[in-house]
Amino acid sequence: MSVIIYDKVCKRFESSKGYAVDHVSAEIGEGEFITILGSSGCGKTTLLKLTNRLYDPDSGRIMVAGKDISSVDPVELRRSMGYVIQQVGLFPHMTIRDNITAIPALMKWDRKRIDDRADELLSLVGLEPSEFRDRYPHQLSGGQQQRVGLARALVLDPDIMLMDEPFGAIDAITRLNLQNELMRLHRELGKTILFVTHDINEAFKLGDRVMVMNEGRLLQFDEPHEIARHPADDFVSTLIESARSQEHFWTENEE
Amino acid sequence: MITGIAEYISTHTMQLLGQIATHTGISLFALLVAAVIGIPCGYLASRSEKAELIVSAPFEMLRVVPSLAFLILLIPVMGTGLAPTIVALTVLAVPPILLNTIVGFRTVPDFMIESAMGIGMTDKEILHKVRIPAAMPMILAGVRTALVEVFASTTLAAKIGAGGLGEIIFTGLGLNRTDLLVLGGVLTAVLSLAAGGVFDALSRRIMKYKYV
Repeated sequence: MSVIIYDKVCKRFESSKGYAVDHVSAEIGEGEFITILGSSGCGKTTLLKLTNRLYDPDSGRIMVAGKDISSVDPVELRRSMGYVIQQVGLFPHMTIRDNITAIPALMKWDRKRIDDRADELLSLVGLEPSEFRDRYPHQLSGGQQQRVGLARALVLDPDIMLMDEPFGAIDAITRLNLQNELMRLHRELGKTILFVTHDINEAFKLGDRVMVMNEGRLLQFDEPHEIARHPADDFVSTLIESARSQEHFWTENEE
Repeated sequence: MITGIAEYISTHTMQLLGQIATHTGISLFALLVAAVIGIPCGYLASRSEKAELIVSAPFEMLRVVPSLAFLILLIPVMGTGLAPTIVALTVLAVPPILLNTIVGFRTVPDFMIESAMGIGMTDKEILHKVRIPAAMPMILAGVRTALVEVFASTTLAAKIGAGGLGEIIFTGLGLNRTDLLVLGGVLTAVLSLAAGGVFDALSRRIMKYKYV
């Protein structure tokens, strides 16, 4: 069953001439890990932001869990989805615990439930609760901050996670760890994940299926090995070629 | 001169304490009024260039007029005493608070607002939980600047009979007594510094997160 359906979704911004998102149609199944791949300005972030109504489409519609989201209150919709961005956006004046449980606090959960939930999530994302809960964001490394960002997105146990280049600003080794942990979390929690990235290796490693986007259009949407074997057009072929040629360097220079 | 000052302090202790209290009271009250005007206006002005022009232009113009001149200009309108003093000092104190508030709200990073929206905060919640706390360091820095200016300028209040440490300075000027000028000047400086110190301690408590 499809949990998210994009139906001829279009979005254009006044500042630019073309479409940011150009007649995109796609269906995403429950529990799928979808990566959205494309270079900057290809519309992948816009597509993600249309999904939780940070933007509204100019035409077309988006169904989430069987409901047209244009009729759902944006705040309700966003609370039903996790949202993680590259800059993390933790609030500097709140402790790690308060960052993670900002929304539950606004929803007036009782203290005990909030504290338990924060500790549970810190453990889940691999941070020792007793060590981290009372710290402030600036005391954490980039990788640790992004783990907290992930914990915050999971706090209301949403069925859908939207992630916008979450590991884009993180060093290669930490990124590898975080990718592996995200795959573990996906297996354990079974959530539907939409993950935007411009890194083809990341997209093909993480995604059950990959959306390849260019200039607002969805060029191909398929499993990684299908895309690798049967690229839909020249753009996708070129993309695959570029990844292969990088691969060459490493195989040629093996010890 | 030192003995002259010491003798003046010992013979006029109660009067001095009263002047310090008046000085502090006038300064803090003017500062409070300026904050009540400056912070909300700054928030409104931060939301658009046009609003900023409308709000800050009058204060920018008034700021050019020296406080002493402003005080004298107010006499025909408001007479002498406390009221015109508070008005003049408020006019002095609003611009730094207003400008810092505008900058404070404008420089809250977009991604922080985006993540607040993304996790499902309403606009009102974002204002209270994210925008205001994030702008707070700049706002408090503006209040801090205003505080020093106001404590120094409250000396002028004595010119129109509102009291404070300026009385000692103006008496010194009138009697040509250097010891009183020095005493009044030093006391004003020390009081400004002390007020600044207390304010910094309060700021630290509000922004605990910056000092861990």
